[in-house]
Amino acid sequence: MTSNLTQKPKVQGKIIVITSGKGGVGKTTSAAAISAGLAQRGHKTVVIDFDVGLRNLDMIMGCERRVVFDFINVIQGDARLKQALIKDKRLENLFILPTSQTRDKDALTKEGVEKVLNELRDEFEYIVCDSPAGIERGAQMAMYFADEAVVVTNPEVSSVRDSDRVLGLLSSKTARAERPGAEPIKAQVLLTRYDVQRIARGEMMTVDDVLEILAVPLLGIVPESPAVLRASNEGVPVTMDEPSAASAAYMDAVARLTGEEVEMRLASDKRPGLFQRLFGRTG
Amino acid sequence: MFGFIFRPRKTKSAQTAKDRLQILLAHERGSGPAPDFLPELQREILEVIRRHMKIDKDAVEIKMDRGDEWSSLEINIEFPNKEKDDSDKEADKDEGEDKAKA
Repeated sequence: MTSNLTQKPKVQGKIIVITSGKGGVGKTTSAAAISAGLAQRGHKTVVIDFDVGLRNLDMIMGCERRVVFDFINVIQGDARLKQALIKDKRLENLFILPTSQTRDKDALTKEGVEKVLNELRDEFEYIVCDSPAGIERGAQMAMYFADEAVVVTNPEVSSVRDSDRVLGLLSSKTARAERPGAEPIKAQVLLTRYDVQRIARGEMMTVDDVLEILAVPLLGIVPESPAVLRASNEGVPVTMDEPSAASAAYMDAVARLTGEEVEMRLASDKRPGLFQRLFGRTG
Repeated sequence: MFGFIFRPRKTKSAQTAKDRLQILLAHERGSGPAPDFLPELQREILEVIRRHMKIDKDAVEIKMDRGDEWSSLEINIEFPNKEKDDSDKEADKDEGEDKAKA
């Protein structure tokens, strides 16, 4: 009963970091939505919170009341990995590894993180690392061992600038960058909080503007949507909440992450404004 | 005084968010952010039990569920049966903890 572990084929999971540099662009929302989306598509997935000291992934995933041990306890040998992993109550193959709220980022040692990730690789198909904002230790550790990166960007100057900086770090300060002959990290941009109306009015940069500046492939476009706040209020990843343009956009991005070709589409969850409602819709 | 006018406008999910935060923050403010004593508790439990029976160091499982009135701490200890089999076993303890004040 306990020894069937030895026979299990190793999966060698893929490590995907969700990063951005800038805070508030939707990293944790995206990490939750993408990991849930991968699990919904049948992939065994774990999502790890790297934001030591400011734990929040647990709230977005709705498991904040079930945290006992955390990532740092595992790194420091105070708990076993399987004791710290929280199994999602809704999806069979989704697990959450919360972070500590009492320690600081120095608790993330490169050796410790590597050991935990290697253990997870044998067990999970996808390991999604939710990076903290900034480019300090926590963010560096979240990206260091990644195979792929999702750079979450808003069509706004400071976000695009920070994403550019992060792309630079991905191609210089990571295991794949340092190991001679290794394939570089596959980095893709996920545009979030995309507001079709404001773009139409010329108030916001377009997808093409952003891609032209960053020069990396596009993983997806997630529209600004009330569904995102509602999902976080309820502790449900966007992709598992009621259908919305945002959840559809995340599911498309997830499909592309797994190698499927899905056409880009721009949808909107915006409710028509007062005038449009009173005088009939125009678009 | 005007509260009743605005209250119905609050959507259900906003109320859910508020409730979740109140429960969580009541715990975090009261007893520090996280139950940091758990690794040590686990170690001590293991030590005591090992004095009396042979168990694996991975055999202790601690689960917690925080509620607004009560929290529960569930400790499961799995141990092998010596050749005789009863159904394989586990000791359970449930322990209520403090009430939270909003």
